[in-house]
Amino acid sequence: MLRTTAAVIAGKAARTAARVRGGGTGGSALPGLVAEKVDPGFLAHALRDVPQVVVVSGTNGKTTTTKMLVALLRAHGRTVFTNPTGSNFTRGVISAMLAELPLRGRLHADLAVLELDEAHALHFARAVAPTHALLLNVARDQLDRFAEIDHTAGLLTELAGMTTDGVVLNRDDPYVNRIAGGLRDGVAVRWFGLDAAIHDRLGELAEHDAREQDDFEAPPAGAEDGLLEPVDESAMGIRWGAADDAERLGPVTLRQRGLAAMINATAATTTARMLLGAAFEDAAAERALRTVAPPFGRGEVIDADGQPLELVLVKNPAGFTVALGTYGSTPVASMIAINDDYADGRDVSWLYDVDFSELRAKGVALTSGVRGWDMALRLQYDDVPVGGTETDLGAALGQFLAEHAEEPKRIFCTYTAMLALRRMLAERYDVPEMGTEVEEGAP
Amino acid sequence: MSTRDVTILGEPAGSDRPADPGGEGKGEIHLVHLYPREMSIYGDLGNTRCLAARIRRHGYVPVVHQHHPGAELPAQVDLVVGGGGQDSGQVTVEDDLERIGDRLRELAAAGTPMLMICGMYQLFGNAFVTVEGKSLPGLGILDVTTHGNEKRMIGPVVLSTDVGDVVGYENHSGSTTLGAGQAPFGRVRHGLGNNGTDGTEGARSGHVIGSYLHGPILPANPALADTLIGWAAEQATGHPFAPETLDDEVARQAQQRQVRRLLA
Ligand SMILES: [Zn+2]
Repeated sequence: MLRTTAAVIAGKAARTAARVRGGGTGGSALPGLVAEKVDPGFLAHALRDVPQVVVVSGTNGKTTTTKMLVALLRAHGRTVFTNPTGSNFTRGVISAMLAELPLRGRLHADLAVLELDEAHALHFARAVAPTHALLLNVARDQLDRFAEIDHTAGLLTELAGMTTDGVVLNRDDPYVNRIAGGLRDGVAVRWFGLDAAIHDRLGELAEHDAREQDDFEAPPAGAEDGLLEPVDESAMGIRWGAADDAERLGPVTLRQRGLAAMINATAATTTARMLLGAAFEDAAAERALRTVAPPFGRGEVIDADGQPLELVLVKNPAGFTVALGTYGSTPVASMIAINDDYADGRDVSWLYDVDFSELRAKGVALTSGVRGWDMALRLQYDDVPVGGTETDLGAALGQFLAEHAEEPKRIFCTYTAMLALRRMLAERYDVPEMGTEVEEGAP
Repeated sequence: MSTRDVTILGEPAGSDRPADPGGEGKGEIHLVHLYPREMSIYGDLGNTRCLAARIRRHGYVPVVHQHHPGAELPAQVDLVVGGGGQDSGQVTVEDDLERIGDRLRELAAAGTPMLMICGMYQLFGNAFVTVEGKSLPGLGILDVTTHGNEKRMIGPVVLSTDVGDVVGYENHSGSTTLGAGQAPFGRVRHGLGNNGTDGTEGARSGHVIGSYLHGPILPANPALADTLIGWAAEQATGHPFAPETLDDEVARQAQQRQVRRLLA
């Protein structure tokens, strides 16, 4: 029996077992682990017939951007393999593949678009050199794992150096910006970023700990580079290059609000244009951008007894700052839930690199999570009134829903707090199961 | 205000300027944050924000200065704060630190309170010895020596100190040892501390405290913040510290939950 076939069988068996135990919908890492053990060359073999392999990495926005890029490509009729939302480790990718693989172990798709965190992206690239990489940003996140921003930037630089055809880079991020210097010969570079007219909003996206890097200059933007032109809170256009007579895409209205979603859309569209070349069509792209829904927990709206309840995932200073900027213009009853498990980031120091003054007017009804008191303390220093603190998530959610039944609500939460809250909300309301979102953006 | 100044979140505009005549309250306290751009990661600017806010709540007026490489320290310095940085940040400030070293040593000797976290704690010691064995001199204000090592010491910490329980979060790759007569800042009850072996964390000489604790350390440990402010108030006004009674219930809850959880 072929080694890869054995790996596929072993992996599929583990996948079935995981599902039987209630381990989810294939995004779990265990089946991937099994397959990789049986055949270390599994990934390279599985992707051999896929012409374009695209890795999306960076600290913030991977999930949203990957989803948008997949939607853009599918809107152009391409078959795309992608890993499920948020499973950004190599083994999660393999686990997802097992669902689609024929036994001889080769995937049939025009493209593979894979969301991978910085360390796993490199791990992946050592097994399979990506044809393309989209590198979003380098921000402080999960420092338990990578320890220093400089180190994280180094991982992405190495990843870009292994990419064979083309990279798409953030013009406005000093760390990502510098990566262009270390590419293989002949690798094409495309840039995405903010149009000069809104450059003063860069601070909303910038990483606080990058302030010693502020003497860098963004490279000039050519006709293949995407520059974001926001219209309002959720409508945006992209201009291709800085020239006065530049071509433009849009405007389109996204289903997710705020500058962060728009810059993700700009990154995804610039990448799609590079991948599709002459086949890129404005109408298809606009349709995809208009219809793609936010991934779970990224501004996802749940109908809670007739009132919208937004779940907003926050995981680092830049992300939380952007989220507050996005939602600050429409203050509603708010709760903040902060846990400090590994997946949340164990160090809560980062809360002091977020400006909470946006919340001052309406206050925060409740803080919760294991570090709920630390959150309340942080809010106190920004003079934000706090209604109460209840560290138990279940009790807090019950209280929050009961006391604010007749109005729109919003919960800002770290990763494990979001998983727990979502599970509890699913018992009361109609909440889509994670990882089983319907495909969108298809023609 | 220098164009290099960074935003200290929550600080009111103009808090870098002296008080208006007649508005000095119980007195002005000049606070200097060393290298806010290069050396204040992991929320360490939160310490400065906490001090300024509490100085105000106690009825004094904080004047918050930011010291950048190449600039002069202000004429009046009552309280000095420094934080952690990446290796690249540390390299950027080394020359400047040597340049202002004599002034800092004078201030320390005169009893000016200082709180140095992580990277700045290391630079306030005698030397940092790299993995390759190269010795980089420090200011020598604290009698400690740090050796670079591959292993990173990361995680939540609980200490016993002269000001009671202290909680925070350590994230450092240097391993620090205390000189023969050097007192630690605290005893480790959870976490690794200076080196993971001798149970000590940080160092304290007179009014100068060095520690690895981010968190940031001051908001959740208000007794430590007020100790520093008390020393600074005396230094600045020549009178004993006259604190107000502050409601620190939220800080107490945050701190004690961590203590219970980590020592359980
Ligand atoms: Zn540190």
